[in-house]
Amino acid sequence: MNFDRIREKLNILADAAKYDVSCASSGSDRTNKGKGLGNASKMGICHSYTADGRCVSLLKILLTNHCIFDCAYCVTRKSNDVPRAAFKVQEVVDLTINFYRRNYIEGLFLSSGIFKSPDHTMERLVSVAKKLREEENFNGYIHLKSIPGASDELMYEAGLYADRLSVNIEVPTISGLKLLAPDKKHEDFTKPMEKVRNEIVRYTSERKIIKSTPKYAPAGQSTQMIVGASGESDKDIMYSATYYYKTFNMKRVYYSGYVPVTHDSRLPAIGSQVPMLRENRLYQTDWLLRFYGFSIGEILNNQHPNLDMDVDPKLSWALRNLHHFPVDVNTADKRLLARIPGIGMRSVDKIVKARKFRKLNWDHLKKIGVALNRAQYFMVCDSRHWERRDLDADKIKGMILQHSTGKYRNQHSTQLSLFN
Amino acid sequence: MNASTTLVYDGSFNGFLTAVFVAFDEKINVADIQKNNQSQSGLFSETETVFTHVDKAKRVWNGIRNKSHNAISNVYFAFLSEAEGVEMMLYTYIQKLMRTKNGKYLDYSDSTVLYIAQLAKKVGREKHRMEAFVRFQLTKDEIYFANIEPDFDVLPLISKHFRDRYADQKWLIYDIKRKYGIYYDLNHVEMVSLNLKDIHHNKTVKSDAFDTEEYEYQTLWNDYFKSTNIASRINPKLHTQHVPKRYWKYLSEKKEAV
Repeated sequence: MNFDRIREKLNILADAAKYDVSCASSGSDRTNKGKGLGNASKMGICHSYTADGRCVSLLKILLTNHCIFDCAYCVTRKSNDVPRAAFKVQEVVDLTINFYRRNYIEGLFLSSGIFKSPDHTMERLVSVAKKLREEENFNGYIHLKSIPGASDELMYEAGLYADRLSVNIEVPTISGLKLLAPDKKHEDFTKPMEKVRNEIVRYTSERKIIKSTPKYAPAGQSTQMIVGASGESDKDIMYSATYYYKTFNMKRVYYSGYVPVTHDSRLPAIGSQVPMLRENRLYQTDWLLRFYGFSIGEILNNQHPNLDMDVDPKLSWALRNLHHFPVDVNTADKRLLARIPGIGMRSVDKIVKARKFRKLNWDHLKKIGVALNRAQYFMVCDSRHWERRDLDADKIKGMILQHSTGKYRNQHSTQLSLFN
Repeated sequence: MNASTTLVYDGSFNGFLTAVFVAFDEKINVADIQKNNQSQSGLFSETETVFTHVDKAKRVWNGIRNKSHNAISNVYFAFLSEAEGVEMMLYTYIQKLMRTKNGKYLDYSDSTVLYIAQLAKKVGREKHRMEAFVRFQLTKDEIYFANIEPDFDVLPLISKHFRDRYADQKWLIYDIKRKYGIYYDLNHVEMVSLNLKDIHHNKTVKSDAFDTEEYEYQTLWNDYFKSTNIASRINPKLHTQHVPKRYWKYLSEKKEAV
């Protein structure tokens, strides 16, 4: 193996792949068959973390960064002047196996620029996965990108070897897609998703009858959207996220704050700040929708097309709906507890367990880990001290902000700084 | 009231469970349970040495497990924390557990129950970290070797994970602090102790114990680690929160930082 050449390629192709946010290695329960190599851990393992605090659990690389498309947001677009490289199939296999054996990674995340045609590219991706599974008896995690426009036959084959498949729709609105990626059609993205969804449904129902049915993409599908590139509102993003969760049974939708990589008049300039706070608020909303029983219309609608930047989406919802509060934590049911700002799902579980033994007061709640600085205005418990003043939403918000700190606070403060 | 007794056991988990068995069986008023190499006799208590008895230990294990699966793993994990005085806390915990009708509903506002649960959680976290942070290096005799220095004695907990995952390669994970390791010879995992000449943490000098390609792969991994970072999103605080500095010297990707 020529290590110098591999090193060069790895640097180029790992650098180009890093803007893909997904690094999950969870959700699959593939076991090690016949004393082969590797298995998947249901909860996933992060083997390291980069200096930006993101987890490294898979070897995330492109097969090649040659691309026939010219999508404005993409670092490997055809008109961008960057060094190009391509891995051979065997090189990717060797790298994966050798990294895996040293316990560096959970598996492989393979994406690619589109060379020649979508089918040609997809075929190469599938052949890497196939080689790993069949020749190397590798049972670790494999995440393959579905190439937009790939044929149904290849998508079917991909699911037989991969644990997760994903297509990044990148631009949440169809109008934005026309502007930024004029060569791609919306249907190119949805067609592979649809095929994979249908196969997953078919295989799961077959498994109920025949236990030995092979696995088909056991960790499901995911997708990713760029935030802050095409001037979309939070409502646009979250409504289309909800659409993908519902229509294609997505396991995850990732939101990626746009990191400016090219000079283009349609996009934010190089050096402009990555919208990390906005990204964070979108993830919070995503969690509220998936785990807290909120519906999208409650959080984002025509009156509120964008999320508040200074408070989290749940608090913001609560402030708009003060008539639901205060809630009594000793009697309220789970659904209602989950709606109190400052109480997360873990606290909800603990509260429900603990109140079987005794009525809970402020001390108990504090020990459980409830963020009382927010929760105190929205609940009552076994104590005579609770918020009795008739406060309106603005007052509550003001008091909460006054008694708390946040790492992004300086970004949206209207207070001028004295020494700057 | 009976005179209180200090039970001394051999330091193994089975030994501890035997001590618990003896205490329950003979209705001993236990003053303390201590390891034999660090026992101290109390002024007003007798000392009794307990000899490890696997059958007795098994009965205690099954007894706790029948109450609750969660409890038995809590007991085992907390024991491996090697925290000072944990034996007595565990004994109290087991007494409390046996008194409940159904082990599921333990009252977490009780200080012993909370302490054991928190301790078990800490050990569980360390176990998970070791599954992630072990970095194998391929030696010339084709054994994947790693040395670790975990906060708690987690080798017994991680052995199944590595056996399942790396079934087709020989590997050895050695705990430098506790001076023993687990070795997999393609069939079984066994405990080994060895005379390790030097500790293989990150250093610039290449050891000749390792395969010629080993350092090439470490360089590739180092490179990969660097290129996958997005510089405009740098967040050192979050980074050290996830990868605490005490682990750095055994992580090949942090070679330059150490």
